[in-house]
Order: sequence, then structure tokens, then C-alpha cells
Amino acid sequence: MTALADATTMFGRELRHTVRYPLMLIASIVSPVVFLLLFVYVLGGPIGGGIGAAAHGAPYVDFLVPGILMMTVAAGTSTTSINVCTDMTGGIIDRFRTMAVSRGAVLSGHVGANVARTLLTTAAVTAMALLVGFRPEATAAGWLGVAGIVLAFSVALAWLSVAFGLVAKTVAGANSATLPLQFLLPFLSSAFVPAAAMPAGIRWFAEHQPFTAVVESLRALLAGRPAGTTGYVALAWCAAIALAGYLWARAAFRRGTR
Amino acid sequence: MNAVCVTGLRKAYHDNVVLDGVDLDIGEGEVFALLGPNGAGKTTTVRILSTLIPADAGTATVLGHDLRTGAGAVRAGIGVTGQFSAVDNLLTGAENLLLMGRLLHLPAAQRRARATALLERFDLVEAARRLPATYSGGMRRRLDIAMTLMGRPRLIFLDEPTTGLDPRSRHTMWQLIRDLATEGVTILLTTQYLEEADQLADRIAVLDHGRIVADGTPAELKRRIPGAHIRLRFSDAASLDAAAGALPDGTRDDAELALRVPHEGGIGSLRAILARLGDGVAVADLSIHTPDLDDVFFALTAKESR
Repeated sequence: MTALADATTMFGRELRHTVRYPLMLIASIVSPVVFLLLFVYVLGGPIGGGIGAAAHGAPYVDFLVPGILMMTVAAGTSTTSINVCTDMTGGIIDRFRTMAVSRGAVLSGHVGANVARTLLTTAAVTAMALLVGFRPEATAAGWLGVAGIVLAFSVALAWLSVAFGLVAKTVAGANSATLPLQFLLPFLSSAFVPAAAMPAGIRWFAEHQPFTAVVESLRALLAGRPAGTTGYVALAWCAAIALAGYLWARAAFRRGTR
Repeated sequence: MNAVCVTGLRKAYHDNVVLDGVDLDIGEGEVFALLGPNGAGKTTTVRILSTLIPADAGTATVLGHDLRTGAGAVRAGIGVTGQFSAVDNLLTGAENLLLMGRLLHLPAAQRRARATALLERFDLVEAARRLPATYSGGMRRRLDIAMTLMGRPRLIFLDEPTTGLDPRSRHTMWQLIRDLATEGVTILLTTQYLEEADQLADRIAVLDHGRIVADGTPAELKRRIPGAHIRLRFSDAASLDAAAGALPDGTRDDAELALRVPHEGGIGSLRAILARLGDGVAVADLSIHTPDLDDVFFALTAKESR
């Protein structure tokens, strides 16, 4: 019980931080929105013309938005990693560690806050997508599935970014560590163009990496199709990433700050 | 029961030995100062005793609980204010205290009452609704200690509590520490300021290169090195000659017309010296010198730093 109470306290602390310093939250909405606008209005024409059957006959914006949603989830990793690192280098984690506070509470508080922020940012980005012509055909169950995958992906990346924040020596380093999650992996997935359109080696990577499974599941559900096996693959990836991130974070937290 | 019992504490980082067999006994209610230069191992000792890092060897009992098997019980009874401020910079002073209250699982009413009382006690009422970024160094340190006190710890670790503070804040901090001591809280403070240890501590251990090189009350430590003396000054050479004749163990300083006479301390020894001097010699000035901790410190650590 105290573990839950402590995690709730830490979650509340993080939410207060977000309210008091909303710049990071705004940035993690603005960044995916910029990509959305860039790909819809600037690059979308030629790309949309070239993706062919992968679009299932829908406009490019409908192909794109699931990828942008995935990017929005990934954009939140920077905030979490930076906040964890700030805690670690600021000495307050040492204070918590000398108190009879349940060990993982600080970290689960960060993960919870990441998920809460992600639900907010993905909702905001979805609203923006609707404004620029995104027309989802998802059923009610489909939307539930979308929310579930967003949630699972957010938990997975949150634990990973907590670990990044714990092992980073500086706040700048904590931010840099999340850049591959925010940009490299989304671009090397089927978020913007189908994996089939990529050069052979990269194509193999894109087809087998977790971000593609996530984006393909979101794309299917938002288009009103069942996610099928891809959905389970995405959830399995999320579970694996969450577990790895959790174990890594726990080990790093036990090792201490110095 | 002692608040802290430590035997043979060792800690090394790779080849760098930080603690090389430290023994400590701190009584309940005692103010104990760990005195030493930078790099002596003070902070490492505090980090081990406050459960932050494990020792490589040695046994340590804190508040009756073994550090290895009872870390949770130790944490419930201690408060730690580290060298670097551990306040949440995005929470106001009051919110920082309330956060501590929540983590200590205090009921809401008690949490608020305790926070209000501490804000008053530490002169932070006006700053309570501001972020720590607007605080002075002294205010941050006071908030830090107030946070440590939210849980009414029985043993408080203060790692260099006045480092970086201006003289006024330092004196405020000293008074706060004295007040805590009056309440019966056991305090282990580390400092590199000899005056600070002398002012605050019941007992002092001098730590140098990971070893305790001396241990005792401030008075005991001062007695360990010679140098206590009385200095008599005269208005003319004739008086100095007369006095030097009467006190042959004195050392003359002709330029200053002064005589330095060894003195064991205490009124009796002083009376005896004055009696030997007799009534006939006119003394212009008399001063008593006891060695201060600087003398002790340099005497004890000199061979190491050569």
C-alpha cells in the first residue's frame, strides 16, 4: 500500500512540475505537429503519389497520421529522460533514497506522468490532424485499441527513457539519448513511407523493428481494419521494451548516483 | 545504546582508498563533528551511514539497526542534509515540505501543521510560496534542513552544513544546530572548519586520508598538543629582566618586551605563575593563549600533507 501511495505522491509531484514548467509539454506537441504540417503540405504530394497500394486508396494524410501519433509518444521520452536526470543530478533522489520511501516510487511516478502527458499530447495532435484533413474510420473498439497501443507504447518508452535519465551524466546527455527514439527509429519505420519502398538492408530493419509494428497496428485500427497479428507483435514489443527498460532502470537506480 | 557504532569501515573506488578502517561511536543526543580536509572521506562516511552506498568492509549499526540488514529501519529514523541542496526547484518552499510529509505518510492535518511550524521556525514564512530559485544560499540550506526535520528524525546527518554560506547565514545555521542539539537529537556533522567543530560539537573526530587520526572533546584535542601559555608584556626592560629571573621557564621576547610562560590551563596554574612573579614587577598586559583547533589540525595532519 505504501508503495502505491509513494508512487502516487511522486506522480503528483511530476504533474505539478509539468504545470509549473509547461514548455517541454508544449514542445512535445509542437514537434510532431510541425512534422505533420511538413509532410501534409510540403512533402506529402510527391510521397503520397508514390506510396501506392500501401495507402489502401486513402489520402496520404490518413497514411501519415498514425506515424505522427507514434512520433508524439516518442517525443515525450525527452521530457522524462531530462526530468529523471535533473532529479539525479540535483541531489533530491539521494534525499528520497535516505527516506523510508518505497524504492521504485520515484521511477514509477515518472513513468505515470509520462503516460499522462502522452495521453494529453496525442489527443492534442489527433485534434490537429483532424483539422488538416485526417479522416479516421476506426470503430469504437478500434479507438479503444488505438488508445491501448498508445498507452502500452508510452509505458514502454517511458521505462526506457527513465533508464536513459538514470545513466546519463548530464541533462544534455539525457536529452540526446532519446533522439534516436524520437527521430531515427520513426524515420526507419513505415511511419512516413512503406518499408517496401526502402533499400534492401534498411527495409529488412524497418520491417522488423518495433516502431513499424506499432505504426502498422495504429494505421490498421484507425482505418477501420483489424490490427491482426501485427497488433499482438506491437504489444509484445511494448512489453519487451517496458521490461528491459524497467530492469535497466532498476539496476541503475540501485547502483546509486555516484 | 549508541546512536552510531562503526568498526573497521572501508571503502575504495578501484585503487583509490577513501575510507581505510574508520571506527566511530556516537552517543545518543551527542553532537559529533567529523573534521577533515577535502577528500578525507567525510562525505563517503555520511553516504555509507545514511544507507546511500554500501561499505566494502566493516560493521556499522545506526540507531540500533545493522546497515546491511536493517537499512529500512535506519531510514525511518534518520534525516540527511547533504552537501548539495536537495530541494525540488520546481516546487515552492511550502510544497517541498508537504512533499516530504506525504512521503513520510503523515496525515494531512499533521503534514500542514508541521510544515507551517517549520516554515516559522526557519524564518521562511514569507518565502513559503516562492520557488527556491528566488532563495539565497542560506534560505535554501534552511529549507533543506526543514525538509530533513519533517519526519522528526532521531539522528541527523549534516554534511558540511555551512559550506558556501556568508558569515551571517553561518551563524544562523550554528544556532539552528545548537537548538536541535538542545532537543536531544543526535547530530553527525562534517566540516572542514575547525572553528565550527569547536563551536558546535561535543566530540570531534579528525579524519585524514580515510583514517581517524584523533578523537575526543574539543578540550581533549587541544590538550593533546603543547602550546598553551601566558604572555606577559612589560613597559620597560628592567621589569622584563625581573620577571624572567622569577620565571626561568619563560621565553623572552626582547623586542616586544614580553615573556611567554608555559601554562597548563586553569586558575590554579595561573595563580601559581603570578605568585612566583611576586608583587614587585609591574605587568603592562597579560593574555592567556590556548591552542585552537587549527594548531591541533595542522599538528595531526602535517606529516600527511608534506
